[in-house]
Amino acid sequence: MTTLIAILLDGAIYASWLFLVAAGLTIIYGVMRVLNMAHGSFYAIGAYAAAATVGWFFSGEHGNPYLSYLLLVGCALLAGVILGVVIEQGLLRFLMGRDEILMVIVTYALLLILEDATKLIWGVDPYFAYQPYRLLGISDIGDILRFANYDLALIAVAVFIGLAAWFVLNRTNKGRLLRAVIHDREIAIAMGVNVNAMFAATFVIGAVLGALAGALTAPAISVTPGIGVEVIVLAFAVVVVGGLGSIGGAAAGAVLVGLSRSFAVHIAPEIELFVIYGVMFLVLAFRPQGLFGQTLARRI
Amino acid sequence: MSAILETRGLTRTFGAVVAAMNLNVRIDQGEIVGVIGSNGAGKTTFINMVTGYLPPSSGEILFDGHSVLGRQPRAITRLGMVRSFQVAQLFPKLTVLENALVSLVAAEGPRPSFLCPLDTPQRRAKADAIFAEFGVSRYRDVLVSAVPQGARKLVDIAMALVSQPRMLLLDEPTSGVSIEEKFALMDTVMAVVRRHGVTILFVEHDMEIVARYVTRLMAFYSGEIIADGPPKSVLGDARVQELVIGHHLDINALGVAA
Amino acid sequence: MSFPKHLASSTGSAVAIAALVFAAGTWVLPPWLAFLLTLAFAKGLVVLGVVIQMRAGLVSFGQALFYCIGGYIVGLASQSLGISDAFALLALATGAGILMALACGWLLTRYREIFFAMLTLALSMILYGALVKSSALGSTDGFNVAAPSFLGWTPQGDAQKQALYLLSVAVAAAVAIGIHRFMVSSLGRVIEAVRENELRVEYLGLSPRAVLFSNYVVAAGISALGGGLTALASGHIDPDMAVWTTSGEFVFIAILGGTGHVFAPFIGAIVFSVIRTFAIQEAPHFWQMTLGVVLLALILFLPKGLWSLIARDKPAEVAT
Ligand SMILES: Nc1ncnc2c1ncn2[C@@H]1O[C@H](COP(=O)(O)OP(=O)(O)O)[C@@H](O)[C@H]1O
Ligand SMILES: [Mg+2]
Repeated sequence: MTTLIAILLDGAIYASWLFLVAAGLTIIYGVMRVLNMAHGSFYAIGAYAAAATVGWFFSGEHGNPYLSYLLLVGCALLAGVILGVVIEQGLLRFLMGRDEILMVIVTYALLLILEDATKLIWGVDPYFAYQPYRLLGISDIGDILRFANYDLALIAVAVFIGLAAWFVLNRTNKGRLLRAVIHDREIAIAMGVNVNAMFAATFVIGAVLGALAGALTAPAISVTPGIGVEVIVLAFAVVVVGGLGSIGGAAAGAVLVGLSRSFAVHIAPEIELFVIYGVMFLVLAFRPQGLFGQTLARRI
Repeated sequence: MSAILETRGLTRTFGAVVAAMNLNVRIDQGEIVGVIGSNGAGKTTFINMVTGYLPPSSGEILFDGHSVLGRQPRAITRLGMVRSFQVAQLFPKLTVLENALVSLVAAEGPRPSFLCPLDTPQRRAKADAIFAEFGVSRYRDVLVSAVPQGARKLVDIAMALVSQPRMLLLDEPTSGVSIEEKFALMDTVMAVVRRHGVTILFVEHDMEIVARYVTRLMAFYSGEIIADGPPKSVLGDARVQELVIGHHLDINALGVAA
Repeated sequence: MSFPKHLASSTGSAVAIAALVFAAGTWVLPPWLAFLLTLAFAKGLVVLGVVIQMRAGLVSFGQALFYCIGGYIVGLASQSLGISDAFALLALATGAGILMALACGWLLTRYREIFFAMLTLALSMILYGALVKSSALGSTDGFNVAAPSFLGWTPQGDAQKQALYLLSVAVAAAVAIGIHRFMVSSLGRVIEAVRENELRVEYLGLSPRAVLFSNYVVAAGISALGGGLTALASGHIDPDMAVWTTSGEFVFIAILGGTGHVFAPFIGAIVFSVIRTFAIQEAPHFWQMTLGVVLLALILFLPKGLWSLIARDKPAEVAT
């Protein structure tokens, strides 16, 4: 029983993290049809920015320690907006409408550039920003289970972002327009939707989400070069399981992958890595379009 | 005469849309069947189903007396039933010659060699003969993407005929082709088809063309066949004139084929 | 993307001449350059695997899977089975790559575009993860590969390096000729047709998936061969061979060289290796950034790669 609770909670925490990481990726793909390889770099830059700032904050007397959470979010916003605007306005908008696979290569080039840029700005030594993580303390569940409250809070954040996305997409006018673009770009253009503005906004939102995932993860890890590269592969697995371009899909994919991994970690730790990809291949073997994706047969 | 293509109770729905409703069609060897019907009537869906691209919701399809239900388009092509497309389906970044060479090698068997070259004098000669037959020789070395519409449709049909099929289904062969070129295109196609003794069904919106070439006409409306028979009687049918053609038609002025 | 006819007929002799010139270099080139070229030819083979898939419209972001398999099979066969003959080892590597491709191909050939790219990537990452965790295979450190023998002859010192260089020239030339024949063969040209329009290929009576499957297997074979050659030449293998940034490098070289000709991947690999040697010396922290900038520049300004600077244009695009 305790094991089951441990598995479920671990799974929920991991799923939340996966969802945070995958949400931006899937939104950008859904609207722009760009599978953004540089998403991992957004994550890494968010993490570095947050870790460096929080490190500075706790290095002296800079006020109430709880302000550090605001700093985390602020760093993510700043990093995401700068990256998003520069990349979308400076490069992507000139390439929109090109082959999806070409866009993968373009964003791969961006990833290479951002990886080195990250090293140039923050160096290659690890950053630690564990204070916000420790600050929230630990909960004892039952007799033997101990969970960091920060991790549990991550679940709340993921749920909040998921609900916010759902609300924006389904209950606001801008969101409905966005869904129109996701559903059928040609018709949306014909209806007079300003697709370019939509793309710009979407890319910035996606970049902020990526940076936010990194910033929120930073206190729980040591921030080192290469974290972004690992993340993009995982995020892709999640998004593909759920169905590319669907927020609900990303959530479902995150839960499925998160729980599977957590079962593996507790029951057969040596297969942890295979489980993530195993789930992906299983889902794809039976539903190539992912759990929530739709296939459109080619009309001839 | 034996039936070459026969469907029984062929039905297909897309959600609430009924694209084919209980179609019972029997086409005999050597017939030239025209199909008319407004957009969305289900003409393409019919061709898609009998060539294996779309699975029917229910019903049976017999080609040459054998069921082809559940077969892939490639298998049906190999049985001898081929098609052309409403929008020509070619290899745009290859030349017309390369397009033809690929069709020729496909017609030779399902497993192209990975050692012998595609481009051989024999295949080239065959391709040239086909181009001459269809009057597209001057586009031989041009990329398909740069070939004008009419010639593209001809190449599309030529590629379908390379495998010497027994039945040919043409989905709007003259759509996108200028009025002046339409008759020339159909003359070319019909001449080739007659020479090879291919049974043919083609979808057409131009009543003059229909009247000129077909021996039998089917009128589709909303997934159903509302008239089927000699062109004269189908075109003269009041329901067809109201629902398909949209106005009264003077059949005598069209010079319907005998 | 089909290649110019005037080159098609003469490719065999061109490859032979190039191979002879490079072979003559054995006794002229400084050792560091010969070593660089040895590895570049091996890499060129892997890239050729990426290129022939690009001709099918597929971009593999996981070709390192086969590169790594080839390398590890050579290492394992030499270490555990005691096989030391270079030719036998390379044959084993190629065979292993092909077997792996036969196993994965049935799933992967259902996918196109970004799905294919990312699934190939995921597969290579599974191998990477497995290797990193297997202490028997040296985990992240990998292990060393003993110097091979050549049909019973075991050269020492410089002769060993020269023999490996000559081997890489010979293997690259043989594969280049073979793949060139493959590219102009019936199947090879149908692959381009599949890229252009699968629907039409299907309606011509062929199975696009079967075509892509064969192509995938061929690509896997030569990439594994390249991995095996790399293991022999460098004398070391580690899991980084499978990591996806390695695949990214292969894609980069493929785009750098272009897909116009069998020569292109080798030219790309040589240019890449030379630049990297200097870039890593001069500015190690800018290397990836340089790659990224060059890649963007290629996509924007030279979409057909370096080869397009050499090759003449396709047949007339406009009817006359
Ligand atoms: N792949 C499809 N998905 C959904 N609806 C389809 C599809 N193909 C055809 N339809 C619908 O089926 C009906 C018949 O279409 P179609 O056979 O293309 O008509 P026609 O060729 O006579 O113009 C139309 O209402 C069309 O919208
Ligand atoms: Mg139609």
